[in-house]
Amino acid sequence: MSANASAPSGSLPIGKGVSDRLSKKASRHVKERIIEFLLFCAAAFSVFVTVAIVWVLVKESWVFFEHVPLSDFLFDTQWTPLFDDAHYGIMVLLSGTITSSGVALLVAIPLGTIIALYLSEFAGFKVREIAKPFLELLGGVPTIVYGYFALTFLTPILQSIYPDLPGFNLLSAGLVMGIMIIPYVASLSEDAMRAVPMALREGSYAMGATRLQTALWVVTPAATSGIASAYILGISRAVGETMILAVAAGMQPNLTFNPTEPGATITSYIVQVALGDLPHGSIGYQTIFAAGLTLLLMTLAFNLLGYWLRKRFREVY
Amino acid sequence: MQIQTGLEAGVEGALLKADVRDLDFYYGSFHALKRVTMPVYDRKVTALIGPSGCGKSTLLRCFNRMHDLYPGNKYAGGGIVLQPDNTNLLSPDVDPIEVRMRISMVFQKPNPFPKSIYENVAYSLRVRGMRNKNELDDRVEAALKGAALWNEVSNRLNELGANLSGGQQQRLCIARALASDPEIILFDEPTSALDPIATASIEELVTELKEKVTILIVTHNMQQAARISDFTAYMYLGEMVEFGVTDQIFIKPTKKATEDYITGRFG
Repeated sequence: MSANASAPSGSLPIGKGVSDRLSKKASRHVKERIIEFLLFCAAAFSVFVTVAIVWVLVKESWVFFEHVPLSDFLFDTQWTPLFDDAHYGIMVLLSGTITSSGVALLVAIPLGTIIALYLSEFAGFKVREIAKPFLELLGGVPTIVYGYFALTFLTPILQSIYPDLPGFNLLSAGLVMGIMIIPYVASLSEDAMRAVPMALREGSYAMGATRLQTALWVVTPAATSGIASAYILGISRAVGETMILAVAAGMQPNLTFNPTEPGATITSYIVQVALGDLPHGSIGYQTIFAAGLTLLLMTLAFNLLGYWLRKRFREVY
Repeated sequence: MQIQTGLEAGVEGALLKADVRDLDFYYGSFHALKRVTMPVYDRKVTALIGPSGCGKSTLLRCFNRMHDLYPGNKYAGGGIVLQPDNTNLLSPDVDPIEVRMRISMVFQKPNPFPKSIYENVAYSLRVRGMRNKNELDDRVEAALKGAALWNEVSNRLNELGANLSGGQQQRLCIARALASDPEIILFDEPTSALDPIATASIEELVTELKEKVTILIVTHNMQQAARISDFTAYMYLGEMVEFGVTDQIFIKPTKKATEDYITGRFG
C-alpha cells in the first residue's frame, strides 16, 4: 500500500508490481491447466474402466446368446451348462441370489436401522465414539472368514434347532451375510439421521415429544433419502456377495426360494466355473459372462432406484 | 425489591403465571444467567431485549427445559416457579416432557417437520396420544384458524409444510404450538428470518394470542418489543438490568444502561 501513500492525489498506482503480477498469473494459468488435465484423466479413468467392463461382458455374452436363445435363458427351469443335456435357465441361479439376499436383508435392514437410531438419537457421545469403530470393524472382516463362520459355527447351531437342515444351506449363509451388511446400513443411516438439523429435533421436543417419538416421527422421515440409499447399498452388497455363499451355501444350482435348502447364486456359480477347468471359448465358459451381465443389470437397476429415491425424497432443510 | 418500581399501575389485575427467582445457569464454565429475577404475568406479552449474548435466549429456553437436550448445560440455583402449581419447573424431579406439554415454543427459523401441513399441526396432539380422527380434524382446524393460516391452507392440508412461504411456515409453527392449548408460548426471535409484511402478520397474531396464552418473546427489534409487549425486560451480560411495563421502559427507563440501549447509544 506504499504506492497509495506516495500518490495521495488519486492517480492510479501503475508500476512494476502490476506487470509482475500479470506474468505470474499467466504461469499460474498454465499450471492450472495441467492440474485440471490430470484431474480429468483420473476421472476419465474410472469411466473408461466401467465402459470396458460393460463392453467385455456384452461382447462375451453376445457369443453365448448366439447359441442359447434368450427365452431359454430366462424361462428354463434348469441350469446344467456342464452336462451333456445342457440347460441354461438363469432363474435357477437368480432364485439362490434372491433367497440368500432376502434372508440377509431381513437381518441387516431392521438391525441396521435400529442400531443407527440408537447411535444417532439415544447413545451418548462416549458410547457412540466406542461403538462406531467396532461396528465399522464388522464391515472390515474378510468375507471368507464370514463364510467359514457360517459353515462351521452357525450351521451346526441351526442344525441343533432344526435337525433336517443340510450342511450347506442358504439360510446360514444369508444370516451371516446379513451380519456383514449391518455396518453398511447402520453407518450410512446414522450419517443421514445425524445430518437432520437440530432445529427439527428441538421443534419436536418443544411440542412435548419423547426421544422415541422424535426419532421415529421426525428424524427418520427427514432422513428418508439417506436411509433409502443405505438400504440400496445393502441390497447391492448382498446381491454381489460371493465368498460367504460359495463356502456355506453349497454350489448346487437349485431352483428354490426355500432358505433351508442348499443353492448356488450367480456369484458363487461364476467363481466355480472361473476356477474350474472348462476350456476358454466353450459355451460352458461363456455362461459366466451371461451370468455376470445379469448381475450387473441387477445392481445397475438398484443403483438407479437409489438415485431416484435420493432425488425424490431429498430434504430441503 | 427494586424491580417492582413503577410496576404497580401496569400490573393491576394481572396474575402471576411464572416467577423467575435468582436463576443461575452455566454453559460449561460460562456463567450465562446471573441471579436473574423476573415475573411473567398471565395472558400478557413479555419481551426480553438486550444485545447478543446477554442471556435472553438462554432464559427463554430455560422455560421449556431445552437445555436438557445438550450436555454441559447446567442449571445451578434459583428457579422458575410456575403458577398455579407453585412448582419450580427446573427442578430435576419435574419431567421436562410435562413442562414442554404446557409451555410450547416457536423458533427463530421456521422449522416445519418434513410432513404435511395437517400432520405438522397434529403432531403436538399425536405426541399426547390423540388418535380420534374427528377430534384431530377439529383441533387442527382450530389451531390453523388461531394462527391465521386456515384460509390460506384449508384446501391443501396434505401438501408438505416446507412448500409454504417463510411467513406461512412460521404461522404453521405457531399453529403447531397452539394446537395443544399450551399455557405459555415462547417465541425466540420469531420474525428475524421474515420480511416486513410477514413480520407484521406475526406481530398482529401475537397480540391476538395473548387473549388466551401467556407469551414470552425474545426480540432484537426494539420497535417490535414496544409495539407488541406489555412488559419488557432488559438483560445485559447475563443479568436482568431492568424489568417494567413496556411504556415505562421505553419512555422513562429508571436505569441509565437501559436508556442507552433503547435509544441506540449502545448495542
